[in-house]
Amino acid sequence: MDFLLGHLLTLILFFPILAALVILFLPSDDVKVIRWTALIASIVPFALAVLVWTRFDTSATGFQFVEQYPWYEAIHSTFHVGVDGLSLTMVLLTTLLTPISILASFTIKDRVKAYMILFLMLETGMLGVFLALDLLIFFVFWEIGLVPMYFLINQWGSEKGERTLWKGVKMQARNYASLKFLIYTMAGSLGLLLAIQMLGVLFQTYDLPSLYERWNALQGTLLGLPVTTVKAIAFWAFVVAFAIKVPVWPFHTWLPDAHTEAPTAGSMILAGVLLKLGAYGFLRLVLPFYPAEAQRFAGALAFLAVMAIVFGAFASYGQTDFKRLVAYSSVNHMGFVLLGIAAAAKVGLNNQDVALNLSKNIALNGAVLQMFNHGLSAAGMFFLVGVIYERTHTRNLNDLGGLFPLVPVYGGILIFTSMASLGLPGLNGFISEFMVVRGAWPILSVYTAIAMLGLLFTGAYILKGIKQVLHGPMNEHWAQGEHRLTEINTREIIVMAPLIALILVIGVYPAWILEVINKAILMLF
Amino acid sequence: MQFPILSVIVFTPMAAALLILLINSERKNEIRVTALAAATFALILSLWVYFTYDKAIGGYQFLEKYNWMPMLGISLHLGVDGMSAPLVLLTGVVMFTGVLISWGIDDRPREFFAFLFILASGVFGVFISLDLFMLFFFYEIAVFPMYLLIAIWGWVKTREYAAMKLTLYLFIGSVVSLVGALVMYWTSGLHTFDMLALEKAAFPLAFQKIWFPFVFFGFAVLGGIFPFHNWSPDGHVAAPTAVSMFHAGVLMKLGAFAALRVGIMLLPEGAKLWAPLIMGLALVNIVYGAFIAMVQTDFKYIIGFSSVSHMGLVMMGFSTMTPIGMTGAGLQMFSHGVMTALFFAAVGMVYDRAHTRDIPKLGGMVKPLPLVAIAFIIGGLVSMGMPGLSGFMAEFPIFMGIWQVRPIVAIIAAVSIVITAAYIMLAIRRVFFGAMPVEFEGHIGPIGVQDKVALVFLCIIMISLGVFPSLMFPWVQAGVQHLMILLGGA
Repeated sequence: MDFLLGHLLTLILFFPILAALVILFLPSDDVKVIRWTALIASIVPFALAVLVWTRFDTSATGFQFVEQYPWYEAIHSTFHVGVDGLSLTMVLLTTLLTPISILASFTIKDRVKAYMILFLMLETGMLGVFLALDLLIFFVFWEIGLVPMYFLINQWGSEKGERTLWKGVKMQARNYASLKFLIYTMAGSLGLLLAIQMLGVLFQTYDLPSLYERWNALQGTLLGLPVTTVKAIAFWAFVVAFAIKVPVWPFHTWLPDAHTEAPTAGSMILAGVLLKLGAYGFLRLVLPFYPAEAQRFAGALAFLAVMAIVFGAFASYGQTDFKRLVAYSSVNHMGFVLLGIAAAAKVGLNNQDVALNLSKNIALNGAVLQMFNHGLSAAGMFFLVGVIYERTHTRNLNDLGGLFPLVPVYGGILIFTSMASLGLPGLNGFISEFMVVRGAWPILSVYTAIAMLGLLFTGAYILKGIKQVLHGPMNEHWAQGEHRLTEINTREIIVMAPLIALILVIGVYPAWILEVINKAILMLF
Repeated sequence: MQFPILSVIVFTPMAAALLILLINSERKNEIRVTALAAATFALILSLWVYFTYDKAIGGYQFLEKYNWMPMLGISLHLGVDGMSAPLVLLTGVVMFTGVLISWGIDDRPREFFAFLFILASGVFGVFISLDLFMLFFFYEIAVFPMYLLIAIWGWVKTREYAAMKLTLYLFIGSVVSLVGALVMYWTSGLHTFDMLALEKAAFPLAFQKIWFPFVFFGFAVLGGIFPFHNWSPDGHVAAPTAVSMFHAGVLMKLGAFAALRVGIMLLPEGAKLWAPLIMGLALVNIVYGAFIAMVQTDFKYIIGFSSVSHMGLVMMGFSTMTPIGMTGAGLQMFSHGVMTALFFAAVGMVYDRAHTRDIPKLGGMVKPLPLVAIAFIIGGLVSMGMPGLSGFMAEFPIFMGIWQVRPIVAIIAAVSIVITAAYIMLAIRRVFFGAMPVEFEGHIGPIGVQDKVALVFLCIIMISLGVFPSLMFPWVQAGVQHLMILLGGA
């Protein structure tokens, strides 16, 4: 028991990989055993994360459950993990969404073993980013997560669809999407990698807490340039890496492709957790490392955020593919996270104005909560798209319509989840978006005003989605015969149940999660 | 007197080669078993040397010295330091897996294994020689069987051309180095070829300035440095699988290692002067090699050019002249050796079954050859520098070294990471995934147990080094420490 409590984070982090190893040695044709092993194995980290949550001291500052082991002494990197309120929230989200996504993947029939192994590897990759307190370890897990996602899209993605490249060369859509995802993210991470190397050479350590202080205290010239110039370049190197992952307009174009082609559970994790990695990078690395640069470029960040919100909403409205519609909604919603971050950056450190500091806190709290909330609702929406796609084998909104009488339970769940995404008061999306907007208003009034106009279109595209699927004249094709649409089944309801419950609970009583987040925010920035 | 383990390592393959030649050429299975036994024995010995090397003390260990021609100051002086210990292990690994992979060779296996083992003897010899003359001696022993192995067992279309090109290139390179070595011998006035003595000779600056490029670039030809690299992809492609593995996995390290030991360690001042040029050429290797690999359509040429690109990183690490960059270079030599051996093994397995390496004609190989696909993917990820695998833990220190010297070079070199990711991922997808061409249906047989053992073995090495870098970097660091003393810095 002492061992368990002493190594909680390492256990959470590596349990999925251990489970993947076990699955490797299971017989590959015994699909049932593999599925259930994967599911149970992914519930264990969730249980451990809940245990961490209950033992987490909300009154203490700093990182908790810290573990540190030697790893690569030659370059002064240690295996250093720990959680604060920010990372704990994200760990909870990740460990919650993984078993749900695995349960959602029970319909996968092709190479189940490889699929589940990749999925569990992906979980370790994502958790590692949230837990790392060493910059190099952060980068290690940041990159590791790419590989399983690449293969999930490439191998289990939708089989239909082609993309025409230059000179009429044709490529299967899922190959195109997965390669675009990989190359985009890797190229985006190059600047990050180089900046990390530079930091390591400068300070002979990758330990985050000590880097925070020493990097900010740096004065004079560096590599023959003034430190402020180097910092500005490094700032943008970090920002681009994370902005691609979030994704922020105009770096978002890989996202709709990847989402459309990914298998349902892949999309759930992609939208639910992977996008949060980018936002988490902003909060964990960009703000603490570059408070001055962030303040200087806050206007630019806010501009990008507003563009993401407005264009994301418009683009989403323009889609005829249900999954693409939901994909663009992620761009729209993640824009609010960046808006909150930009507002906080604008206020900066050590601002004496009490009212502004309060607004900054509200905005940041809202941004983190929005990350969690979007994780829940986006995973839910992608799953619901998957449910209808598995039955009809089309995602084209024009081929659906009027399905509510055929599938009343599904319709109810879809409307509920959509409303959370739309920001209906009483559900979780409202709380976080309101907090971001409330916090950002006194700081970045014009941008916030435009962003709120964007909210209008959020309502529009979500209602469009609901209308095209559930209402209007019924498409008789789905009403009878072999194509008759079947109702959502028990397994699928179980997948949705925890998401629905949390959406409602956070909407009604958000204080329990905010008090964990708040302390981290106060310490962080 | 301790057990003379290094001489046993050097002469085990040689003795095995003679033994194999004594077996009747019809008894192929006995030949293979003998070869495997000898390779396993060499592997165990090299593991023994690696793990008993005391990295806390550092320096040269397991020293042995036998007079050979005292009149000229030549002796058989053997020893390993932190730089060569991993390379001895690498040779053991590649020899062992190379024999496993070559199980299916049916055309004169007796001669094949005999030549392969003579080659291995030469390679071991170069890594552990502390005598300049003996180093050349073993170097030539390593290069010569290569010619026969490629010309006889190679790919029919280009084997004569490639074998000739390779041998001439390497021969010219080694002659140039030899001239440099002889000048060193005369100038030092010590009348010895002993490198430990020559290290202390402190050649005058003007001398080092002139003669360093002779020695360094002569050997660097075998390391594949631009613009002397183009024998290497041709050689890789024409060679039979096990020879490609040896060639890219170990022989190219031989060039880099000899360039380090004879060039940088004996003429450190010259090295400092010429370092910017080496860095520039290595940068061309890295970036240009990656682009050329990208446009290849022959599966084996892709890997061949990727070796050119990755060996550039080794040279780059040397040229930083910093402890961290040198450590990275040492790790990269090992990591690249294992990775590329795996690549060529995998390519060979596909080629043996499909009888083509033309990428557009391949596809869907994951179904009949799942393990090959997984191994190739892991190798590919190592090649991309994916964290958690050995490539990352080798490349990262190299980049940190470059940052200390010339940041702009690090930024340019980093481009190659994305290019590498692109060509590796495209190759993986086109060869192993997608639809399988109809003519292959039912013609792609499974791989044998030996092949599986070899692939899994190589994968485990790459993964465990990536997860636990402390399995190797303390060794290399111990070697680099000695190196930095010679360089007079740090």
